[in-house]
Amino acid sequence: MTDTPPILQIRDLKIALPKGADRPFALEGLDLTINPGEIVCLVGESGSGKSLCAGAIMRLLPEPHVHVAGGAIRFMGDELLAKTETEMRGIRGEDIAMIFQEPMTALNPQKTVGWQLDEVLRLHTKMNKAERKARAIEMLTRVHIPDPASAYNAYPHQISGGQRQRVMIAQALSLSPKLIIADEPTTALDVTTQLQILKLIRELQEQEGAGVLFITHDFGVVAEIADKVAVLCRGEMVEQGPAKEVLNNPQHAYTRALIGAVPALTPPPVKPVTKAPVVLKGTGLKKTFAARGGLLSGKRKAVTAVKDLTFQLHQGETLGVVGESGSGKTTVSRIVTRLLECDAGKVEMDGKDLLACSPAELRAMRKHIQMVFQDPMASLNPRKRVVDLIAQGPIVHGVDPDKARADARRLLELVELSPAAANRFPHEFSGGQRQRIGIARALALEPKVIVADEPVSALDVSVQAQVLKLLADLRDRLNLSLLFVTHDLRVAAQLCDRIIVMQKGEIVEHGLTAEIFASPQHPYTRNLLSSIPGRDWTPPSFRPDAA
Amino acid sequence: MRFPFPPILIYALRRLLQAVPVVILIMIGTFLLLKLAPGDTVDALVGDMGGADADFIARLRAEYGLDQPVWVQLWRYMTKLATFDFGWSFVYEQPVSTVLMDRLGTTLLLMATSLSIAFTVGTALGAIAARRAYSATDNLISVLGLVFYATPSFFLSLMMMLLFSVKLGWLPVGGIKTIAGFYTGWDHVIDVAKHLIMPTAALSLIYLSFYLRLMRASVLEVADLDYVRTARAKGAGEMRLMIHHIMRNALLPVVTLLGLQFSTVLGGSVVVETIFTLPGLGQLAYQAVVQRDMNTLMGIIFLCALIVVVVNFLTDLLYARLDSRIELA
Repeated sequence: MTDTPPILQIRDLKIALPKGADRPFALEGLDLTINPGEIVCLVGESGSGKSLCAGAIMRLLPEPHVHVAGGAIRFMGDELLAKTETEMRGIRGEDIAMIFQEPMTALNPQKTVGWQLDEVLRLHTKMNKAERKARAIEMLTRVHIPDPASAYNAYPHQISGGQRQRVMIAQALSLSPKLIIADEPTTALDVTTQLQILKLIRELQEQEGAGVLFITHDFGVVAEIADKVAVLCRGEMVEQGPAKEVLNNPQHAYTRALIGAVPALTPPPVKPVTKAPVVLKGTGLKKTFAARGGLLSGKRKAVTAVKDLTFQLHQGETLGVVGESGSGKTTVSRIVTRLLECDAGKVEMDGKDLLACSPAELRAMRKHIQMVFQDPMASLNPRKRVVDLIAQGPIVHGVDPDKARADARRLLELVELSPAAANRFPHEFSGGQRQRIGIARALALEPKVIVADEPVSALDVSVQAQVLKLLADLRDRLNLSLLFVTHDLRVAAQLCDRIIVMQKGEIVEHGLTAEIFASPQHPYTRNLLSSIPGRDWTPPSFRPDAA
Repeated sequence: MRFPFPPILIYALRRLLQAVPVVILIMIGTFLLLKLAPGDTVDALVGDMGGADADFIARLRAEYGLDQPVWVQLWRYMTKLATFDFGWSFVYEQPVSTVLMDRLGTTLLLMATSLSIAFTVGTALGAIAARRAYSATDNLISVLGLVFYATPSFFLSLMMMLLFSVKLGWLPVGGIKTIAGFYTGWDHVIDVAKHLIMPTAALSLIYLSFYLRLMRASVLEVADLDYVRTARAKGAGEMRLMIHHIMRNALLPVVTLLGLQFSTVLGGSVVVETIFTLPGLGQLAYQAVVQRDMNTLMGIIFLCALIVVVVNFLTDLLYARLDSRIELA
């Protein structure tokens, strides 16, 4: 490798942030080299400046607010920072291509897939229309899209998320670029799709011999794909080296903390919870989103979200509901809390059917079952102070407002927030802190059951680990029962005593987490488990005091 | 497919069916509202004549059917309307449909030109302002938009009249054509165009500022979206970004407003037509209210309801054409 010149060489790169930002430089002194045929992962938590690094290479920073303040970016020996805008336009798309995170929003919704693939070719080559179309269809075939000819004519909203990401990859690779920048390309995808896309990137990169800069926050993905790893912490590179080295023998404290936070795939010890009384029991739950329409409006097909679902939740137990998007797991959480009316079945709580309750009875029952939502940004009313957010529930249920507020302050301590947080507004907190507020809000009514719908999927790994620990801790101290909905099997392995695996609205497998992880019976479960990124890598464990 | 018809026809048919109850409700509502207003056609006629004896008034009322209870009058009117019979205008002594058709052309011409000018110029200026956001150009455009937006149309009309007709004598003060001109062919077209310049300007400037502001905000928003960044990363130039990736998506909310505003422009044309003495529906509506010409007024409202329904349908078609995610169903 030493005799071929590196594709990308970044020396001492500095990116300045506008005045009033939390730090003067988004990136400070970044050094990075990418050789041909190498996949280099740039890892860091949100706000570490990793995406801005990609922007700097493409010269697509939101200037003049954010701009390169020093350093050098050499691409094939040429200084990119010295290029004119016109020269850069020739390089973008042809020599350096980019794959973005959100396949939902990264394609123009008004143009067909074919048009968007065609655009790259039209901009950079002199091919005629027929040649361009042939090339576009060839690329779609190479990224393994079923029926490339019809995908060519489809609009982005007509194909699935995974297929859209394939289109993005086809678009990026259609001119055989020498450098591919992939900015969290698989974060928004299901595990099985994620694995396919990672394999695809690997496969195409090997065919083309291109260098890849792969930006991610997920160490599982790093273990899956990286040759080299660079770890960013608040704009500074704290560690760099071959993937094996960094993953198994990290030197810097920050890297250790990050890797330590990755949930290991080892389920918790089996607790004798199945002997505890059943607190929540669902029988024969069914939910179909009805076909709509008739003479005077449009028609829509009926979708069965949940069919014939039965489960039991014991006192003090955590039951995980896992599955991919569209499997109906969120619908389950909404039916159980009766935020969504279901078509058939019973949800019994202490022998009383929640689904048959009158509105008044239901209101009284609500305090026994509370929810923690996925998006901590969107699920707290931005105009209310934290103390009111937490006290609201008890006040509605007839607790004296002063007492409720005093309790709320006590709860903040329980979720490890300072009591001073009580008088502030949600936007003043970070994502992890907001999720703690969400948990405190759920606990305020002293419920028997907490239904948590993807409570940690919007959080950084280190924060995720803390919130999971808090949940496990509270569950044990308050003897809570948790119904935990997640798509992330690593998270499920950490917290859940038992799991049910859902596919297309049905339970395909259920049992003790340890048993399912050790010997999955259903092919779908096996597929899910074998798709976990970095499943062969066990994060080395560090004692917390070492980190 | 169960139906052998093309889906667009089925869609149009369904929209037509949906429009029927809407129009019926509008007609009943306005009929009752108008009945709540004090005075009727007979009061207005007698007032014009300078008074008459009670016997004559009673006979006139019986002749026009105004002595019947309101619901009987409503039923009679609606059954006649069902056969598209708008009745007789007692003020103009002509069938209402004839009166309306005479006036419709002028109003449609005024509305269509004002709206298309407001839309094209407004979106173009808005797009330019957004591309040069926070520069001197943007400030100039935005301030002008604000000034137009804040100026009432009657004031703008009067000021324009004062300047262009009275002081400079370039443009005619009012009317749709030169009365003693008897122009034909292109001369007629030019004559009408000259008469329409000021009313169109007065009507369009206000709406122009709506489109300008909305388009500016919309372009700024779309320009920040991921797919624009994707296109940039492909190596697309600014012109290409603007035309293919930004404009098409930014136009969507503006088109929605266009459909909604068609009805408000109808209202705005009342003021402008009255000031410029244009023989259009707006002016007719104003006079019909003053003279309590119930049949004419109801006819105008019916026509306006139809226009709004049709325009909304066309907007939806346009919207579906512009936004591939929307399917007509």
